[in-house]
This record gives sequence, structure tokens and C-alpha cells, in this order.
Amino acid sequence: MICVILGVMIWAAGWVLNVQLANGLSSEQTSVKIAIPAIFGLTIVIVWELMVRGFEVNPVILPAPSSVLERLFGEGPILWADFQQTVLKGALIGYVVGTVAAFVVAIVADRSDFMTRGILPVGSFMAALPIVGTAPILVKWLGSDWESKAAVVALMVFFPILVNAVAGLKDTNSMQRDLMRTYAAGYWATLFKLRLPSAMPFIFNGLKIGTTLALIGAIVAEFFGSPTVGMGFRISTSFGQLALDMVWAEIVIAALAGSAFYGAMTWLEKKVTFWHPSQR
Amino acid sequence: MCPRKGAASSGGRIEFNWHNEDGCIVKSVLPVLTVVLAILGIWLLAVIPMNMHLVADQAQRDGVIVVPDEPAARQAFSGVGLTWHNPDLVPLTYNFVRPRLPSPQQVAGEMYETIFTKSITSKRSLVYHGWVTLAPTLLGFLIGTGLGVLLAVGIVYSRVMDRSVMPWAIVSQTIPILALAPMVIVVLGSVGIQGLFPKSLIAAYLSFFPVVVGMVKGLRSPSQMQLDLLRTYHASNTQGFWALRLPASLPYLFTSLKVGISASLVGTIVAELPTGARAGFGARMLVGDQYGQPLVSWAALFAAALTAAALVGLFNAIERITLRRMGMAAV
Repeated sequence: MICVILGVMIWAAGWVLNVQLANGLSSEQTSVKIAIPAIFGLTIVIVWELMVRGFEVNPVILPAPSSVLERLFGEGPILWADFQQTVLKGALIGYVVGTVAAFVVAIVADRSDFMTRGILPVGSFMAALPIVGTAPILVKWLGSDWESKAAVVALMVFFPILVNAVAGLKDTNSMQRDLMRTYAAGYWATLFKLRLPSAMPFIFNGLKIGTTLALIGAIVAEFFGSPTVGMGFRISTSFGQLALDMVWAEIVIAALAGSAFYGAMTWLEKKVTFWHPSQR
Repeated sequence: MCPRKGAASSGGRIEFNWHNEDGCIVKSVLPVLTVVLAILGIWLLAVIPMNMHLVADQAQRDGVIVVPDEPAARQAFSGVGLTWHNPDLVPLTYNFVRPRLPSPQQVAGEMYETIFTKSITSKRSLVYHGWVTLAPTLLGFLIGTGLGVLLAVGIVYSRVMDRSVMPWAIVSQTIPILALAPMVIVVLGSVGIQGLFPKSLIAAYLSFFPVVVGMVKGLRSPSQMQLDLLRTYHASNTQGFWALRLPASLPYLFTSLKVGISASLVGTIVAELPTGARAGFGARMLVGDQYGQPLVSWAALFAAALTAAALVGLFNAIERITLRRMGMAAV
């Protein structure tokens, strides 16, 4: 009971502190802008911990953050192996393959206006479909190791990136293209010096959508068959053993990996499209 | 090239549009058909080598002479190589009972059979399974959208909410939460919550954040000039909300709704996949896979795709009608 009351009090205190900070004089400072969501997140974790203890919630339903943290540090080698298998092998390789394939198709399609008009609607249609449903089929075809996961990921990221790349390659106006022509630039020079750079804001949009899809694909595909390592495998087997703290530890890793992947793409976007109005 | 307004760089995805701007429907029919036919062509060609080994094994059991007559020797050949030696087996690859890759007409036949010829209450009817998937999707989508709009209003009007919740709403979109859908089902199932609700919860969660992010953007889209004008009219916050912010947010809302409904559907299907669900598209995909009935899997996959397309198409239509009535150009 004390825990519950303490939880409510901490929640209220955190909220009041945030109200003070958000309406205070220094609310425009970067440090405060970071502090407010951090305090919010921290209060949620503390309240969660106290509520789990206070109400004596069965750890099979919801484990306390402290036990998740314990797993996170105690099971380092296992988590690292899972991370390697799922993120570095399955998701990243699939992501690269899907991206390269999308680029090749986009550049080939871009040579004809007819193809572009066909690929844009079909591609954006495909991007809205539940492609992850192909996971059981691909696992059957390619076996249960990371190759099948990479294939699912490649298929999932292919369409958003393709559509964005095709749309981006169209995003030059005739004035810019005429300028290139006055420089006597050929197709390839125009492609690399004008059209690919100006397509980059679009392409990065697709790449960023792809980051989350890649992790989802890699994890979900492991539910249908995997070697005895991998985040999806660990999540489903830990569930079988009712070790929910392990599941949550994997969730934390997946969340960190997803955010880091997305953050890396955003950083790269800033470096590549520094000239674009949205980055200045 | 048809003009595509509001394409990718505005922070969203490129939208899936049945119709582009005026006249473009006609202009893009032929290219779209060409692309679809090309995909079908690749599929038709791929069927032959993909199924060749299985067909050759079966043909040998049926007493047909197959060129490397040792099954082990056949494994050394690729699908294409085997086809080269046994050209007369090609027609069989298109009608194989348990193919690795079914041919398009097999999938179409299975879909026709399970959609139109079975009574919709039958366990074999895809309409029945479709409804099992669709019902939680729609319920969850309604809940998620409703809560998302409410939170967005809170974020726009409360500085604290904006500062503390909004960053998490954005970060949460980079988290592969969908991968945990099956586990949520299992946990809720273990405490006795079953049926429609757990799947709806996942659908709600997945449509929630796109709607929050889109609506915040939309509710903030009126310019300072427009807000100032309302102030000169001495309009209250509430009046400003109904007269300016809400109408201005609708184009953003529709974009989010389309993202949200397809995310909800994907969420429900993934939730059904490995949890031992007995009905629904996800369950059909898995059942077909486990019991060696690839046609069932493929039919469910395509039916799910059609459902997603129909839902997005529906929202496109509603969007066009609404925005036209409101006098906004269809974005």
C-alpha cells in the first residue's frame, strides 16, 4: 500500500516539476527540452516499479523494471548473440539488399516515363500491404537461418524505398535539367550530380521508414523457425518458460536498436542533405 | 508525369492513390497494367524451376521417365537445369498439388473457391476468416484513432503534454513493437482475456501514434495570421478549435488514417500468426504452412492484401468526398 501511495506521489511530483519546467523562463533551452521527456519517462518507470510491488503483480504478467534491468546486465552474452543474429545478420543484410535492389529498379525505371507511371502506383500499393505475411513462406524456402530473415526484410523495405526513390528522381525542374544540358552533361553526369542528390530527401524518407520495418521483419520471421539464437527466438521461447523479464529485456534491446538505427539514418540524412530547407 | 501534390518530403509516406489528379487515371492505366503483367510474367516463369524438383519426384513415382533418374542426382541440378532436361514436365509444374510456389491460376482458383463457393459461416470460407481479422482491426482502429485525436488535442493545448509526451510519441514509432504483438495476445490470454479485445489492443496501439503525430501537425497547421484573425474576432479557444484548427487538420488526419488502418491490419494479422489462433488471415497463413497446404497460405496472403487495399481505397474515397465538400483541394 505504501508503494502505491508513493507511486502516486512521485507521479504527481514529476508532473508538477514538468509543469514548472515547461512554463518556466528557461523552457526554450535545449537541456530543459531534453529534461522534460526524460523526467516523464523516468516517473513512468518508477511508478511502474512501485505499482508492480505495491499490487504484487504476478511477474508472469508484468515484471518489474528492476528485474528487467537485472536480466539486461546479467544475460549480456546471450543478448549480444541474439542481437548479432537478428539485427546485424538478418535485419541489416536484408536492409542493404532491399535498398540496393530498390535503387537499381528505380534507376532503371526512371529511364522511361511509362515505367515510372506504372511503378509508382503499384509500388505504393504494395507498400501498404501486409508483406510480413510472406515470412512463413520465405522461411520454408530459404531455411531457418538468417538468410530467410534477410529475404523477408529485403522484401519489406524494398517497396517504400523504391517508391520514394522513383518519386525523388522526378523531383527536378526543367530549369535545373536545362542548366545541366547547357553544361553538356550526359545522362550519368546529370544523374549523379543533379538528380540523385535532389532525390535524397525522398530517399531518406523511405530509408527511415525501412529501419523499423527491417527490425519487425527480422524478429517476426524468427517466430516461424530459427536457429536457437535470435531475438524473435528468445522472445518466443522465454514466453514458453514464463520468463517475462527476459522478454522485456529483448524488447528494450529491440527498442534501442530501432531508435539507434533510425537515429543513424537521420544523422546520415543531415550529412547528405545539408542543403535542403528542412535541415537548415 | 502527373503532378503529385503532397508527396513524400512533407514527412509522411507517399500515399497510395487510386486516382491521381484529373485525367491521370487514364494516363496511368496502361503503365500500371504493364507493371502488373510483368510481375505476373515473372511469377509464371518462376513457377517452373521452383516446383521442378518436386514435380520430377512425383512424376518418377507415377512411372514417367525423368532424366537423371536418381533423386540424389537430381538434387545436384538447379531448377532451371532440371527443366532443361525434362521439358515435357513443365505443364505439370503449374498444377502440382503441393507446390513450393503455386501458379497464379491455382491461387485465384483457391481464392474463388474459398470466397464464393463456401457458405460464409464455414470454417473454410475466407470471408469468415476475413471477418475474424477485420473486426478487431476496425474496433482497434476506432479506439486508437479516438484516443490519438484526444491526445493530439491535449498536446496542442497543453505545453507540458507537448514537451513530455510528444518526444516519446515520436520515438515510439521507431520501436519494432509490432514484433511483440503475438506475445501481448499470449499474456492477455493467460489472464483470461480472449477473443476480440487483445487483437484490438494491438490494432489500437499501432494506429494510435501515427494519428497522434499527424493530428498534432494538422492542428498546428493554421498560420499565425489565421490565428490572429480569430483573436481579432474575440474567438475563444473552443471556438478557434472547432472553426479553424479542426477543419485545418483534416487533410493530415486522413493521411494518418490511411497509415493507421494498414498498420492496424498488419498488426492484427501478425498477432494471429504464431499464437495458435484458429481463425483469421494470420491463422490461415500459418495453417497452410504447417499442414503442407501452400494454396491456403497464398490465398490468405492475397485476401489480406485485397482487404488492405480495399480499406485504404475506402479512406481515399472518403477523403476525396470530404475535402471536396469542404472546398479544400483534394490533396
